[in-house]
Amino acid sequence: MSPLRRRLLFGTPLVVALAAGGGFYTILRRMQDDTYDPHALPSPLIGKRPPAFTLPGVSGTPGFSNTDLLAPPKPMLVNWFASWCAPCQEEVPMLQALAAAGITIWGIAYQDKPADLAAYLQQFGNPYARIATDQSGLTAINWGVYGVPETYFIDKTGIVRLRYAGALTDTVVKTQIMPLFKQYS
Amino acid sequence: MKLPRFLLALLLLPGLALAQDMVTRDGITLTQPQENRAEAIGDQLRCLVCQNESIEESSAGLAKQLRVIIRQQVVQGVPSKEIMRYMVQRYGIFVLLKPPVSPLTWLLYASPFIAMLGGFLLFWLGRRARANPVTPLSQAEQARLDELLK
Repeated sequence: MSPLRRRLLFGTPLVVALAAGGGFYTILRRMQDDTYDPHALPSPLIGKRPPAFTLPGVSGTPGFSNTDLLAPPKPMLVNWFASWCAPCQEEVPMLQALAAAGITIWGIAYQDKPADLAAYLQQFGNPYARIATDQSGLTAINWGVYGVPETYFIDKTGIVRLRYAGALTDTVVKTQIMPLFKQYS
Repeated sequence: MKLPRFLLALLLLPGLALAQDMVTRDGITLTQPQENRAEAIGDQLRCLVCQNESIEESSAGLAKQLRVIIRQQVVQGVPSKEIMRYMVQRYGIFVLLKPPVSPLTWLLYASPFIAMLGGFLLFWLGRRARANPVTPLSQAEQARLDELLK
């Protein structure tokens, strides 16, 4: 066996193991940093306008429809939530901070009862400029929503640019949401 | 002329009786063949809440709702391909338990062939190495060996 062959024979598995180790390390570190979620699914809605819907509001206030999202004066967020969803409750302070920073957030309550929803907004606060209610959950299916909370970024032309599934964290806002507001302002 | 027609109607009777055999699943009533078609569709779709179950197997609320939508469309006579397209339009190809070959998945489908190619390469390299016989000992070496083995 030539020295080159011997070196190859011993070196190749070592290189493969190192590459795999490096890959796993990167995945785990990025999961810890909140910049990678293996369960996240790409949304087919990205690059498109939300599908047609007309949903009622909560306790007498008007809801909204897809035509209200066609041309917002500035980029905005649409947040799917529910009073029965614990991560949604945890997310409220973050949404309130964003609203306080001047970001428009519209909410769609997913499969919620009006009384529960009113109590939820009373107890945890209301970061939403407008609220619609999807009691049947059929509009959610048309959006491809597969759990709450989900947050959609919509640009000034009404096109969805990002879907984030799960409660928004500091890192997600800093690395994914805010750059979009800068890019599409 | 009348008798054959009557006989023909008699032949159709069992079919009619079979068609009356209705089943109810998730609040939708449909015939057994329709239910079979709905199940065949649901078996190919991934539940998005529990990710490794099919829509048919899952007890998640969303899966139940999707089962209802599939059955409603089956009753309306929507072709299976159309129903699959309805799901993919909303949830992307991830909803398919068997993803189609696409720029994102071709490497996955090519992996068995790549592994096979790698195996052949290894086999061929090994054979080539063995094919070179060891150079026979020279006369001096042979004499030294005989000396040592004495």
